[in-house]
Amino acid sequence: MTAEITAAVDEAFRAEWGKVVATLISMTGDWDLAEECAQDAFAQALRVWPRDGIPRRPGAWLTTVARNRALDKLRRHASEAAKLRQAAMLSPPEDPEGGGVEAEDIPDDRLRLIFTCCHPALPLEARVTLTLRTLAGLSTAEIARAFLTTEATMAKRLVRAKQKIRNAGIPYRVPPAHLLPERTSGVLAVLYLLFNEGYTATLGGRLVRHDLCAEAIRLARGLAGLMPDEPEAKALLALMLFHHSRRATRVDAAGDVVTLEDQDRSLWDQSEIGEAAAILDAAARLAGAPGNSAGPTPGARPGPYLLQAAIARCHATAPTAASTDWVLIAGMYAVLIELIPSDVVRLNRAVAVAMAEGPTAGLVLVDELAASGALDGYYLLPATRADLLRRLGRAAEAALSYRRALDLAVNDAERRYLANRLAEAEAAAVAGDDSIAPPN
Amino acid sequence: MKYMMLVCADESVELSPAVRALIPAATQAWVSEMVGRGIRLAGDQLARVSDATTVRVRDAEVLLSDGPFAESKEQIAGFDIIECADLDEAIEVAAKHPVAAFGSIEVRPFWQP
Repeated sequence: MTAEITAAVDEAFRAEWGKVVATLISMTGDWDLAEECAQDAFAQALRVWPRDGIPRRPGAWLTTVARNRALDKLRRHASEAAKLRQAAMLSPPEDPEGGGVEAEDIPDDRLRLIFTCCHPALPLEARVTLTLRTLAGLSTAEIARAFLTTEATMAKRLVRAKQKIRNAGIPYRVPPAHLLPERTSGVLAVLYLLFNEGYTATLGGRLVRHDLCAEAIRLARGLAGLMPDEPEAKALLALMLFHHSRRATRVDAAGDVVTLEDQDRSLWDQSEIGEAAAILDAAARLAGAPGNSAGPTPGARPGPYLLQAAIARCHATAPTAASTDWVLIAGMYAVLIELIPSDVVRLNRAVAVAMAEGPTAGLVLVDELAASGALDGYYLLPATRADLLRRLGRAAEAALSYRRALDLAVNDAERRYLANRLAEAEAAAVAGDDSIAPPN
Repeated sequence: MKYMMLVCADESVELSPAVRALIPAATQAWVSEMVGRGIRLAGDQLARVSDATTVRVRDAEVLLSDGPFAESKEQIAGFDIIECADLDEAIEVAAKHPVAAFGSIEVRPFWQP
């Protein structure tokens, strides 16, 4: 087989898998059958395209083949009345190259599929798994590897999720208007979780993990295209792209963590930053809020992803760490806390305040958080505290907090980073040098 | 007087095949007898608890969780059999129930053979 054909099938798989499955679920109401037939259609493409060439509309070709397969299978197993009824709902088989279905005649059912996969009545991990399997087309084995679990566990989770969709009557549809805002934020949360899973994993050493960040971006791009009037969908895509633009600089050659301020900004992906900025601007226009350095406008209602993307933009577009507009970032975190009153957001705000007003101001906020006990067990709380103490030259106290953070961190690269900082702080404390200068 | 009879069983307990084989006929016999005596008005077998969804409303926000009600201290205070188009409608109906605001409502589909 020529490389050209392989590439075409590969590209069609990435572009069309979700669409084919979504359409087949619409037609048959049977998720397993839809996946099986989609798989068959791609297998057939691998056999037929080298001989007949790449069809004019690969998506329409694949959908038609998959639909014909579904019809075949339903007829062959039509012993049960229900299956007969299903079969009757499908029109007769068509020649994929003949007149038949034109691409534009096939409604794009991916939105229905996304909302169903991310239905809040499903457990969160099932939403993530189902989205990766049915929408992104990852195999059970790939998903299992990505989440460092067994294929059997993942397979069971998928079976169980599809069972619940069927048995509990979870509708296959885009939710009606009164449910749409909360369900949309549910979908965005699943995609962002997926991205973060991949983003954290890139620090996890040499583990072979599927590129979840790329999958999440692909899904977010698809969603933004399917919901062109939804500013938060665009904002989420922009947020992911801003983070992703820094991927080459987050760890050094030895696999050690490089903090934002020490990253080599010349290696950040400028085309990705430019794309993210344009998407964020479009999102901000839709939301009636500025996405750039003007900060939130009174009266405008920026959503949580718009704010987070605007913060990420401040970092991505600052020419140097020192020129980062921390006052603006701290201000945006203050607004974000109103929308997401979470302790992790409070911790991030404390960091921004420390950078804008000095470590002492940040330390007050961190200590308030620590006193509330809300983030007990979260390594970034003592790690942040340690960093602020280090900046204040209180090496002995910094060492204590680094040790606490090291006890709590699980990721190898983060642990090495903390261990290095701990060693520095201990050395400074033993030397009685409480005036240790922060590196850089 | 009316009673709600809640039939409870631990799904994780594996019954022996011999015992399991007896259950359908024995249940059917019990149902026939009680219906015959005018005692049993309505009842059905529920789907597995893993197909349940629990609905709570807190601060005017509808909170869903997969599975049965989590607070084991909560007692079943009543039941309603509802006919809905899909789970979204059932969630809407459950969320409107006054008890959803302080207790929780488990929405479980009926067993579908």
